[in-house]
Amino acid sequence: MSSLNQQQQKNRKLIRLLVLVSVGMFGFGFAMWPLYNVFCDITGFGGRGVQVAQASSLVTGTSDREVRITFDATVNSALPWDFKPAERQMTVRLGELSNAKYLALNTSNEAIAGHAIYNVTPPEASLYFVKTECFCFTEQLLQQGEAREMPVYFFVKTDLPANITDITLSYTFFRDSSDAGLTLTP
Amino acid sequence: MSETTAHMHDDHDHGPASGIMRWITTTNHKDIGTLYLVFALLMFFVGGLMALVIRAELFMPGLQLVEPDFFNQMTTMHALVMIFGAVMPAFVGFANWMVPMMVGAPDMALPRMNNWSFWIIPFAFTMLLLPLVLGIFGIGGGGPASGWTLYPPLSLQTGDAFAFTIFAVHMLGISSIMGAINIIATILNMRAPDMTLLRMPLFVWTWLITAFLLIAVMPVLAGAVTMLLTDRFFGTTFFSAAGGGDPVMFQHIFWFFGHPEVYIMILPAFGIISEIIPTFARKPLFGYTSMVYATASIAFLSFIVWAHHMFTVGMPLGAEIYFMLATMMIAVPTGVKVFNWVTTMWKGAMTFETPMLWAISFVVLFTIGGFSGLMLAIVPVDFQYHDTYFVVAHFHYVLVTGAVFALIAGMYYWIPKWTGYMYNEKLGKWHFWLSTIFVNILFFPQHYLGLAGMPRRIPDYSVQFAEFNMISSIGAFGFGISQLLMVAVIWQCVRGGKKASARVWEGARGLEWTVPSPAPYHTFETPPAIDDSMVAHPDDLAH
Ligand SMILES: [Cu+2]
Repeated sequence: MSSLNQQQQKNRKLIRLLVLVSVGMFGFGFAMWPLYNVFCDITGFGGRGVQVAQASSLVTGTSDREVRITFDATVNSALPWDFKPAERQMTVRLGELSNAKYLALNTSNEAIAGHAIYNVTPPEASLYFVKTECFCFTEQLLQQGEAREMPVYFFVKTDLPANITDITLSYTFFRDSSDAGLTLTP
Repeated sequence: MSETTAHMHDDHDHGPASGIMRWITTTNHKDIGTLYLVFALLMFFVGGLMALVIRAELFMPGLQLVEPDFFNQMTTMHALVMIFGAVMPAFVGFANWMVPMMVGAPDMALPRMNNWSFWIIPFAFTMLLLPLVLGIFGIGGGGPASGWTLYPPLSLQTGDAFAFTIFAVHMLGISSIMGAINIIATILNMRAPDMTLLRMPLFVWTWLITAFLLIAVMPVLAGAVTMLLTDRFFGTTFFSAAGGGDPVMFQHIFWFFGHPEVYIMILPAFGIISEIIPTFARKPLFGYTSMVYATASIAFLSFIVWAHHMFTVGMPLGAEIYFMLATMMIAVPTGVKVFNWVTTMWKGAMTFETPMLWAISFVVLFTIGGFSGLMLAIVPVDFQYHDTYFVVAHFHYVLVTGAVFALIAGMYYWIPKWTGYMYNEKLGKWHFWLSTIFVNILFFPQHYLGLAGMPRRIPDYSVQFAEFNMISSIGAFGFGISQLLMVAVIWQCVRGGKKASARVWEGARGLEWTVPSPAPYHTFETPPAIDDSMVAHPDDLAH
């Protein structure tokens, strides 16, 4: 009988260990969230590398090298707005403060607040991308039928790797943050 | 079944209880194994029926039979039912029946928990299937239709079925983890003293490793779907870009579970095949130790290759190259396995009873699935083939002619031990040949469809794909109907037939063949003394 008890004890110890492992792995699933953020910060993924700064504090001189910027715009289907860049493309010199405009129009008959998130491709380029002013920093409220010019001021740092000649800056407008774009009607 | 039960009462003073309560309250590993297997068989036909709805709709271009949304429900539910309802429970059923007998244990280590592990599943499937069934009768919005991978933001737009699906996945995860803990405890703590680790049959080894995979990744899936749940109902934004989250992160977490999951469905299949081929080649398994190491390496690699499912989401080039090469590395241990199976057959005194036919078919067709997997691992190629029918063909070769064929092979191999009767060999061979022919008619043309660019999960297609789709659908119905033969074989074999001997197969080795057929309700209540003649792999004994 004592061997049976021994057996049970052995089983119990093992079960405790295995339950602990599975609880730990459940936690690991959630730990992917901060880990993923760290990964994005390091690689500049998801536009994470973009710095926000006063123009003067980061300008490290200009260079003659030029890079082409493409502007992209998307609106989440829950937001009844028109949204597009004023110019599709522009060529800027590295280190030079530039300014681009987006145009937004509320096509509904109510006032709606929206906010924009952005991304930069190639991801690596976001590490060299600096914004000094952007409509995406705050929530934008458009009255019914209201149109607005939305500016963004930015520059690209002079130490941008030589293999990057094209950068795309992409914005997506979502309905205000209390509604995270999830309550889409099918 | 009642016949066998009565027979057992004669031999033993504490046989099973009678009636339905036997099955509800049982803690006997053989009873629970039977429950798992019967449930899996039922779900195999439920999932198969869904597949036939899909293939019927795809028989011709244009929309004929079902609404696109219902079609999407079918693709989603077919996968969930087959993975979590048919293949996984079937392997757990085999583990319940065979592992204690193969290691000389009287039962599973935790018999009561074992009962729970099984009985959670029917409830989980009631939840999973309920919205679909109600939807068919016009109540509610139908089942989930976002694909079994539940990618947000699409999956978050699921109607009332959403919460049902998530909770069903939670329950199935709990059941799997409980089952896995039980199997590990049985293998590590309950072996007969003479059954050293390197004397264990390969089926036991593969299940031990599979159980560790289950414990490692089922909780990760539970975490992922929990985040979906809170995103939907509690205002979190894990996967919502608007709130600072990222839908791509879901794919990373999901496939961190998903890739090991596909090995959870194939490693025990490797184990079954590694038992069958030596028996009918009448040679010990070639390279037993290398098989153990190969299985362990595959399990390890499965954790570091997940992003090959998402090459097209936009990853840094370095990551794409890494995931490509890591994925290709899996071909090495898998190649070792295929090599060992072939070498085991080499110059063996082979006979071709039904289990062996299925096993050989497994080796050939699984290898085809492995090769198409290698093609998909190549990043530039994957950009072309991603989400096409080429992918569908690939994973059905590894899951149908892989996992399912191994399950069927194992069923033919061990059913005489379960029922005490030989199955109908003639019907078994018919079942084999019809299945093997039709399954290739079903899935092989899908390679061509994929290469030509037909996308998966779409109910309609352009007319250029018409011929291959028609061939594929004919194969599907042929394959589906052939499976009714399997039910006939099992039915006959349970009811009677030629008495099976204890050893059943001339070349069979292993402890399960030292007990009478059918296996008594209780086996190895005292640990058996084991000598080399009983062990499956005497060539590798370390002395
Ligand atoms: Cu994978």
